[in-house]
Amino acid sequence: MANAFDGGIVGRGEAVLSLRNVSKNFGAVQALTDIELDVYKGEVVALVGDNGAGKSTLVKILAGVHQPSSGTMTFDGVPVVLDGPSAALKLGIATVFQDLALCENLDVVANIYLGQELSPMALDEVSMEIRAWTLLRELSARIPSVREPIASLSGGQRQTVAIARSLLLDPKVILLDEPTAALGVAQTAEVLNLIERVRDRGLGVVMISHNMEDVRAVADRVVVLRLGKNNGVFTPDTSNQELVSAITGASDNSVSRRASRRAGTEHSAGEAHP
Amino acid sequence: MSTVSKPVASRAPLMDRADERLQDRSGIAGSVRGFIDRVRSGDLGSLPVVVGLVVIAAIFQSINPIFLSPNNLVNLLFDCSTIGVIALGIVCILMVGEIDLSVGSVSGFASALTGVLWVNHGWPVAGAILGALLVGALIGSIYAFLYNRFGMPSFVSTLAGLLAVLGLQLYILGSTGSINLPYDTALVNFGQILIMPGWVSSALVVVAGVVLLLTKMRNAARRRAAGLSARSTGAIVFQAAVITILLGLVVFYLNQARGVPWMFGLFVGLVLLMNYAFTRTRWGRILTAVGGNREAARRAGINVRMVYASAFVLCSTLAAAGGVLAAARLASSSQQAGTGDVNLNAIAAAVIGGTSLFGGRGSAYSALLGIIVIQAIASGLTLLDLSSSLRYMITGGVLAVAVIVDSLARRSRVSHGRA
Repeated sequence: MANAFDGGIVGRGEAVLSLRNVSKNFGAVQALTDIELDVYKGEVVALVGDNGAGKSTLVKILAGVHQPSSGTMTFDGVPVVLDGPSAALKLGIATVFQDLALCENLDVVANIYLGQELSPMALDEVSMEIRAWTLLRELSARIPSVREPIASLSGGQRQTVAIARSLLLDPKVILLDEPTAALGVAQTAEVLNLIERVRDRGLGVVMISHNMEDVRAVADRVVVLRLGKNNGVFTPDTSNQELVSAITGASDNSVSRRASRRAGTEHSAGEAHP
Repeated sequence: MSTVSKPVASRAPLMDRADERLQDRSGIAGSVRGFIDRVRSGDLGSLPVVVGLVVIAAIFQSINPIFLSPNNLVNLLFDCSTIGVIALGIVCILMVGEIDLSVGSVSGFASALTGVLWVNHGWPVAGAILGALLVGALIGSIYAFLYNRFGMPSFVSTLAGLLAVLGLQLYILGSTGSINLPYDTALVNFGQILIMPGWVSSALVVVAGVVLLLTKMRNAARRRAAGLSARSTGAIVFQAAVITILLGLVVFYLNQARGVPWMFGLFVGLVLLMNYAFTRTRWGRILTAVGGNREAARRAGINVRMVYASAFVLCSTLAAAGGVLAAARLASSSQQAGTGDVNLNAIAAAVIGGTSLFGGRGSAYSALLGIIVIQAIASGLTLLDLSSSLRYMITGGVLAVAVIVDSLARRSRVSHGRA
């Protein structure tokens, strides 16, 4: 059963994070139904799907922001219940949210260290500022001053700050909700480089993206969600057409028909795509 | 093709000064330019209130020369301290974007409770004060519970509290309606006549200047050692000297009359303490964060409910402390304590001083500056022998202007990307 969701990649050792039969409803709306997801150490899982497919809801469940209505979650092989964002942070799950979740009235350093300030009774601003600069340098961030309030930064700069913040605690799993949506060319490349660097350090990365180019560039597996349900797991070399049809639902039961479709595509590839 | 070797920068750029778009803002001139830029972008700080204070002082002084006499100012400082402490609590609760409308009632209840426990029940005075403070904290924790558990807007819960606590105050005072606190006791002396000796207040000014200088110098040294930009020694010495001299002049002037009241000293001490808590502790940082973006703070793993609880409890406790001081000031616990304009003066002081009603932006000093403005108006109008009707109207007008300034500054900050 689990193999169906491994997308054929086996032998990666134990999944660092896995979900089984996770459902979430908001009132009458069933946002997620029986989601299964595995994240292995040292791999990038891309989570793709149309708007409203439940990607962000799933990320929020992984981040402890929402609690699932049913289903189980295991982290490092141990069943866990995330009753709040701090529980997820403590386990080592860091998240970059789509809305970034930054405090606009605080400066960059304060945002990066929000909730993790050094020496609580006499804030160590110097050490925090240095670490903030170091993190931002690693991301090749173009931020002129870390002592300006977030409100004065552009969208891309804010995105970089949010990513820098997620790296602060040396997490085991990083969730990135649309990490490159607001970024310029250079920063997108930097973020993709960073994702690879993080993966090579043995971390699990879950990345939501609408940009198939980015997905293809870094993902080891592509998990498709459609209307709150799993709709197949693909390898990054899957054709665009196939991914799009899984995302939009042009093929209804992609998991069962995948193998045959794949065979068909390989045969007709030469003629269909000159 | 001979390339002239470019002059290499004489020293490695500082870590936080590496970006070429940054303008140099070191030294005294740089600080002044930075200040002007901040004000132009709507980050006014305490500038409006200082300007307002100068205008108020000029007007009243021109009408009645007694206004700025040292004696009148000493009385003004006595009057500032009670509501000022309450306003300090209001700053706390405004920082998280909530409000407490019951601070007047809570202070009145605390004042009544002090009298009842101390005079009627014969408790030691310290026990009575502690009891009043604890009851204040309890009231605050009830608001916090209602807010966190039921999502009850603080506007409504504290409005209900305003009436309920006022009822409690009338109830415990009973039919007599007021209790006179015995004269010649430590508490009443503290509220009415205890003044710092001249050498103590002068010494405190010098200590304040030295501490300011040393902490800024140490901080700058640490930053330089870590490869970060730091303010130049000249700028720091200049700032510390200006502040010390200004404070010294004020104290010297007050010492021409009786001097600086101990009660005002307590108030300023609380302001400094809260300022440290707001700016230099994790609690203050997350308090500001919750006021700015509650959901972001929650997702950063902050226990948002505890932050709200701490703000509510601190606000009510400081309101109770203000009530105890008011009882000492008036040497009585009466049904009138905490009623009338106490509530709105405390809130108005925080807002006039520059703490935003929208949350996430404020400073402990706003309670100090704001209450001085309000008491200056009250004192000036009393000297003119004007009725309280006019006093209310004028204070209301000043509050309206303060809120307009806050709103305009906020709009300007948004358009300058500093909201």
